[in-house]
Amino acid sequence: MNLQTTWFLLWGLLWALFFISDGFDFGIGTLYLFLGKSEADKRVMINAMGPLWDGNQVWLITAGGVTFAAFPTVYAVMFSSMYSALMLILFALIIRGVSFELRGKVDDPRWRGMWDGCIFVGSFLPALLFGVAFANIFQGIPIDQHGVYQGTLFTLLNPYGLLGGVLFVLLFTVHGAVWLATKSEGELHDRAAFTAGALWPVLLVVAVAFLVYSRFATSLYANYLASPILFAVIILTVLGLVGIRIYLAKGAFYKAWFASALTIMGAVFFGVVGLFPNMFPSSLNAKYSLTAFNASSSPLTLKIMLVVAGIFVPLVLAYQLWAYLVFKGKVREEEMMY
Amino acid sequence: MDVLLLSRVQFAATTMFHFLFVPLTLGLSVLVAYMETKYVKTGDETYLHMTKFWGKLFLINFAIGVVTGITLEFQFGTNWSRYSAYVGDIFGSLLAIEATAAFFLESVLIGVWIFGWKRLSKKAHATAIWLVAIGSNLSAVWILIANAWMQSPVGYTIRNGRAELTDFAAVVFQKFAVVKFIHTVSAALVLASFFVMGFSAYHLLKKKQLDFFTRSFKIGLGFGLVFSLVVFIMGDLNGVVVAEKQPTKLAAMESLWNTTERAPIYLFALPDQENARNKVEIGRIPGALSFLVKHDINAEVQGLKDFPKDERPPVLPISLAFKGMVGLGTIFILLTGFGWLKRKKLTESPGYLKLMMLAVPLPYIAIQLGWLVTELGRQPWIVYGLVKTADAPSPIDTTQVLFTLVAFTLVYTLLGIIGFTLIIRNARKGPKLAPAEEAQ
Ligand code: HDD
Ligand code: HEM
Ligand code: HEM
Repeated sequence: MNLQTTWFLLWGLLWALFFISDGFDFGIGTLYLFLGKSEADKRVMINAMGPLWDGNQVWLITAGGVTFAAFPTVYAVMFSSMYSALMLILFALIIRGVSFELRGKVDDPRWRGMWDGCIFVGSFLPALLFGVAFANIFQGIPIDQHGVYQGTLFTLLNPYGLLGGVLFVLLFTVHGAVWLATKSEGELHDRAAFTAGALWPVLLVVAVAFLVYSRFATSLYANYLASPILFAVIILTVLGLVGIRIYLAKGAFYKAWFASALTIMGAVFFGVVGLFPNMFPSSLNAKYSLTAFNASSSPLTLKIMLVVAGIFVPLVLAYQLWAYLVFKGKVREEEMMY
Repeated sequence: MDVLLLSRVQFAATTMFHFLFVPLTLGLSVLVAYMETKYVKTGDETYLHMTKFWGKLFLINFAIGVVTGITLEFQFGTNWSRYSAYVGDIFGSLLAIEATAAFFLESVLIGVWIFGWKRLSKKAHATAIWLVAIGSNLSAVWILIANAWMQSPVGYTIRNGRAELTDFAAVVFQKFAVVKFIHTVSAALVLASFFVMGFSAYHLLKKKQLDFFTRSFKIGLGFGLVFSLVVFIMGDLNGVVVAEKQPTKLAAMESLWNTTERAPIYLFALPDQENARNKVEIGRIPGALSFLVKHDINAEVQGLKDFPKDERPPVLPISLAFKGMVGLGTIFILLTGFGWLKRKKLTESPGYLKLMMLAVPLPYIAIQLGWLVTELGRQPWIVYGLVKTADAPSPIDTTQVLFTLVAFTLVYTLLGIIGFTLIIRNARKGPKLAPAEEAQ
């Protein structure tokens, strides 16, 4: 495999890791106002993400950084053409991040209520907008030969883009509900488990609709038809989806969470594999599209970055896994720091 | 107003805001780690309370540092896309390395530290905060290497219509990066020390928890004295490198218009950019500048008139900011030096304690001034001598940037007020101690 292809796949992997890890935080945050009926519930929900969300979020920074390092033109064009959408995501992440730390610092219901709102908006909005953004990339973006964007924020809010947004929100809420079920007890646990089960059929319908709609709105399937073995990606995704349901029924929440992680991984790679070698396709003219080959860094930079990634990504995964293991099990009252 | 101007204002505002919080993170993480290590080694509970008390303030500050950093990571793409596409081959990899090698370490371990009190052994728990401190300071290494490259591009060639990397080691180990790192990180330690000393002084003046705060003060004092000296020395070296790599910046710092031998330093000068001269010059020390930057009082130093008008940075703010920083640096040495002499009888020196309480904002100011010198002094270049700032912004429309600039101003102002209010309020409240210790 050549350098650019390797980096293209790594690029997809980093996004997938971000959505798998921070995805459950977004999900819990989205469900926060609905499942958190009492102050005690709310604190369990926040503390279920507490020790982990910050490390999870770094996958986003890494995905962004790697886009910059390995495909600078993509980084430049993608983030400037989606300026408003990305900035909205960033503002959302800002208020989410500080909410966790600041919410408990003043003992006043109005103060906490304000941050409660921020947690919801700061989780729901990124989930939705990442979905919208990726669906639009699958579909193609109106950029001209200079990489200048010929649309507005509202251009992104087309039916296929919005369906992508809904899909991401559902993927993350199910993912988050399952995670919450592993972390909580009593009524909150039951509510989380029930929510995961109740949202699952909706997720199924939307996922299937997305797969079908993609056939008409995008040319993602061209790669699959050219080498049918790639359909394995879609099959794995569907297996993950079914797995969630099966394990939920058995009450095996950790397994259900892994199934949901597989589903998210599959959903990302469904798009990534279909895009290849495009990274930021132009809907105006295929010649203007940015690809893994015309937008990449020099071979030297790609090689150096490969060494860096080869060392640090496994290392990070190892100590992050360790951190997850340290905080295994239910959230304990005496350990709630937020 | 155009995209260029708005983007510059937005970038300046967001980085400067980020850097209101970063230095305390860099410095206080080290101090807290030191306190917790003392606790593990001696078993003395006071150190545990210290760790928790200063640690709590650290965490409020840390949260704001983290969230404001994320925007910066993406602003190179959103607002400076032409810059990013042109230099991404070099610059982008440094940011990516920062994320993988440093941000993960600090962000994963900070969670472990906050929540791990009961789940880890004492030693492992103290190791966690050390790793946070190392992670934070490592992130400074990489971002400062990136910044140093903008100040003095090395190890590249122009190929395929952009700057491409040819020598990674040259980029990473260049002199500019090394002095910048030591100078900045020492400055952060100075800030954290003054923070600890200032709030300790507040409590000492109130005669509350004397033992706790005397010991806290002394820890701050030790670090503060040492690093005030380091900052000063590294500042001088920083100037030497600037003289070598960025003659226009150096001339602007000292408002030097004509190329001269035995170049002087003025204690005060008021430059007049328009007419390329100084309106006011007070306290001329002949040869001082030559001596400082070339270590020879007769050496020749280049003046701004050697450069075309459109390649000169804005002299007035740069020269004033530079004088301010150096002046403050001198004051820090005096303040900590005096404290060292008085260290045995701090509580009997209320005047000094009051001074230290009022001095908390000063390192914040010095650090902001330092970055103003660095970044304004680089103008009109975004990459010195290679790319002009005017050629760097994204091809986007003005309203978008105007909109986000307003949003940043609002959100950050609120965050700043909330953040500092909470830090100050919690700092004034003092630590939670067992009743017996309260009485001390
Ligand atoms: C000298 C040090 C220094 C400098 C010049 C900068 N930062 Fe910073 N940054 C830090 C030192 C730091 C830090 C101390 O490591 C922070 C502050 C709080 C924290 O958690 O990490 C941080 C946080 C932080 C984060 C969040 C990391 C996380 O979630 O853990 C990002 C993405 C950035 N920064 C990016 C930037 C960019 C793109 C900068 C340049 C314009 C920048 N920082 C300037
Ligand atoms: C954290 C401390 C920093 C502060 C306080 C700071 C301050 C500033 C200021 C005041 C400006 C505006 C200059 C002008 O437009 O006239 C600026 C611009 C800029 N800085 Fe920094 N800076 C910091 C760190 C960095 C770092 C570490 C980098 C790169 C790695 C960087 C990259 C830039 C870029 C790309 C611009 C915009 C282009 C320009 O105006 O020249 N800055 N910064
Ligand atoms: C005492 C004498 C000092 C001298 C001679 C000095 C010198 C310098 C010089 C020449 C620069 C510009 C470097 C560049 O453009 O790249 C600089 C930047 C800076 N200074 Fe100082 N400085 C001093 C004190 C301080 C103090 C007391 C602080 C804060 C506590 C401080 C914080 C900074 C910071 C944060 C920067 C920007 C980062 C960098 O470029 O290194 N300096 N200083």
